[in-house]
Amino acid sequence: MQKSKLGLDFEKIAHARTVSKAIARDVQSFVDHYTTVAVERTLCRLLGIDGTDENGIPLPNRLIDEIKEQNVLGQGILFYLGNAIAETGADPQTLAMQIAKGELDFIKLPIHSDNEIKASLQPYIEQNIKRVEERKDKRKRYLHTLGEGSKPYLYVIVATGNIYEDVVQAQAAARQGADIIAVIRTTGQSLLDYVPYGATTEGFGGTFATQENFRIMRRALDEVSEEVGRYVRLCNYCSGLCMPEIAAMGALEGLDVMLNDALYGILFRDINMQRTLIDQYMSRVINGFAGVIINTGEDNYLTTADAVEQAHTVLASDLINEQLALLAGLPEQQMGLGHAFEIDPELENGFLFELAQAQMAREIFPNAPLKYMPPTKYMTGNIFKGHIQDALFNIAGIWTHQGIQLLGMPTEAIHTPFMSDRYLSIENAKYIFNNMKNIGDEIEFKKDGIIQRRAQQVLGKATDLLETIEREGLFTALEKGLFADIKRPRNGGKGLEGVISKGINYYNPFLEILKTKKL
Amino acid sequence: MSGGLYSTEKNDFDRTLDLKKVKPYGDTMNDGKMQLSFTLPVPIGDEAMEAAKLLLRKLGLDNPQVVYMHELTEGFTFVNCYGNCSQTVDYTTIRVPKVESTKWDMHETDHFIRTHIGRPIVVIGASTGTDAHTVGIDAIMNMKGFAGHYGLERYEMFEAYNLGSQILNEDFIAKAIELKADALLVSQTVTQKDIHIGNLAELVEMLEAENLRDKVILICGGPRISHELAKELGYDAGFGMNTYADDVASFIAQEMERRNLKIKK
Repeated sequence: MQKSKLGLDFEKIAHARTVSKAIARDVQSFVDHYTTVAVERTLCRLLGIDGTDENGIPLPNRLIDEIKEQNVLGQGILFYLGNAIAETGADPQTLAMQIAKGELDFIKLPIHSDNEIKASLQPYIEQNIKRVEERKDKRKRYLHTLGEGSKPYLYVIVATGNIYEDVVQAQAAARQGADIIAVIRTTGQSLLDYVPYGATTEGFGGTFATQENFRIMRRALDEVSEEVGRYVRLCNYCSGLCMPEIAAMGALEGLDVMLNDALYGILFRDINMQRTLIDQYMSRVINGFAGVIINTGEDNYLTTADAVEQAHTVLASDLINEQLALLAGLPEQQMGLGHAFEIDPELENGFLFELAQAQMAREIFPNAPLKYMPPTKYMTGNIFKGHIQDALFNIAGIWTHQGIQLLGMPTEAIHTPFMSDRYLSIENAKYIFNNMKNIGDEIEFKKDGIIQRRAQQVLGKATDLLETIEREGLFTALEKGLFADIKRPRNGGKGLEGVISKGINYYNPFLEILKTKKL
Repeated sequence: MSGGLYSTEKNDFDRTLDLKKVKPYGDTMNDGKMQLSFTLPVPIGDEAMEAAKLLLRKLGLDNPQVVYMHELTEGFTFVNCYGNCSQTVDYTTIRVPKVESTKWDMHETDHFIRTHIGRPIVVIGASTGTDAHTVGIDAIMNMKGFAGHYGLERYEMFEAYNLGSQILNEDFIAKAIELKADALLVSQTVTQKDIHIGNLAELVEMLEAENLRDKVILICGGPRISHELAKELGYDAGFGMNTYADDVASFIAQEMERRNLKIKK
């Protein structure tokens, strides 16, 4: 029998989970009938199609634009590509180049039987699944031979805009003790309906996520992992209008961690809710198979809404994210569910609330490598006080056994981190994590004290909210602004024109293969 | 590495404050003490320390001391330093352009609008362009506000619409027309490589093209925004660090009155 340090009632937690499961199933029953331009481009990438046409437009975009223009998007790209392979015997990449050059009208070819289409796709599916498996094996080998840092993993960001400069920063951070390097994306990439191609050296507030940039950074981290004798993970952003495509690229290039939230794009990027919920499913199926730890973005709720009043929305969203991820075959051990240390530092006993909420998340998701986000909203430019705020955050992190500690920087709210900012933050975390290593095992909370009451209250409010969402459905809840005080219309936002219901010929064997891990 | 715990330097400088010759203060008037930290792209060692000291001297800092050094990664040395500033500034001649309005609290502003404008003021705000940060605009507009300063949504006499982030200038203007906005608030957080300048300037040009610029109060804000920069770009005001909804609200109310914008066109 599991025991709660917070006096949480495990039956109540189980009930909240049951309600969340019903919410997720309702969403899934919608998702199953639709596809999107992003999902279809993802399938192109999973067949090994890469590169651009002579105007720099990615080949997956060219193919999907083609079937969209001919009003057959709903039949899915694999039906037409499989048919074209059956007809011509050419491989997907060659076909894609011919189609982009206007040399082949692959929609108008004679239609082959379902079995022929399936059989002609099979070798390319196997080939690319094997490629993902090889990346997974490589990670496994590294974890076996080199090992990894202890939890909470130290997570830092690099954001120079230039992938080659990012490499210098990332390797320096790894030598200083970082366990996860996240390459922040350039501002605005989430709203591009394509993934740029090749190595990039220009970006604003971050660096473009491209497959080549993934490759360059993973290679650099392999190098430094061997040097420091500890496997260093690479993180990027599987969100926005290209969510599943980025997942495919990450799986092919051995990324280890991906920001991948079901609701974030809807709330904070005004991406259409239908589009995002369909895209998140495909992206999580891929991330689940590829062994990628996903990070969800609930911390963002608290930068917009109040961290004390709205703490329960974080828990409710974590529970929904968990159930949606399970439906996509993503195991708990890969769920970096998000929460944050964002309470106003002027609040009396604010730290006790933070501790209560962090411990609560730990107890409710015992197997998840929780992602704990640092203070950002109340970072002022006073770097000296900021360093102390980050220290309190680190104390809460080690105390409550968080999985991934996204290190706060004293210069938060001033600039993207300097090399020295990262060093100061890693030193801060290492000092506290070592000096207070087992504090959570030694100290118990007073029965019915401030901390226990806070956790029970947040769980109660989260359950009430989940029950409301179950009654109304997630789509309506989002329309009413139940998360982060942000209201989004069902048919508003970006990317809705890329959503279509699946036609009678629709074929996507990857969902089954990736979820069951059986070819 | 430091010069010892007790200062044994002779304090042979004038210890009276002269506002015509102001320099930093450590613990004695005119000691000029400054602390700096930075990274040099060289390996750690005596040469790195000497390089840091030479740099401090070139910056006009006497008695440079490197109190801490750490090699961040091979070939990059981080230093914490102190020195005595030899430069001074004439404080008496400084003139900084400022937002010229009296700062009121929420009730005072609401009262002023009720009695002087006679109707609620419509304000729209957004983080525009590709900027995805909502922290700034939320702090000014959301009900809750920031650090105890209520946001515009809380004011009785403001009708506030927060459009969120990544709003294109053209969509922002369309919304302004639709809602008949009196004041437009633009928040810019990402300022790397001056991306915000182009975006802010574009909005002014587009408003002028629509013949709207004179009919609205145009304000920008963000951690790297100053009033001076805002004026230069053609805005009515700019609000930087440590300004809150009260500052913005009082300015809008007073500017409405000053420019006689109370009658809707």
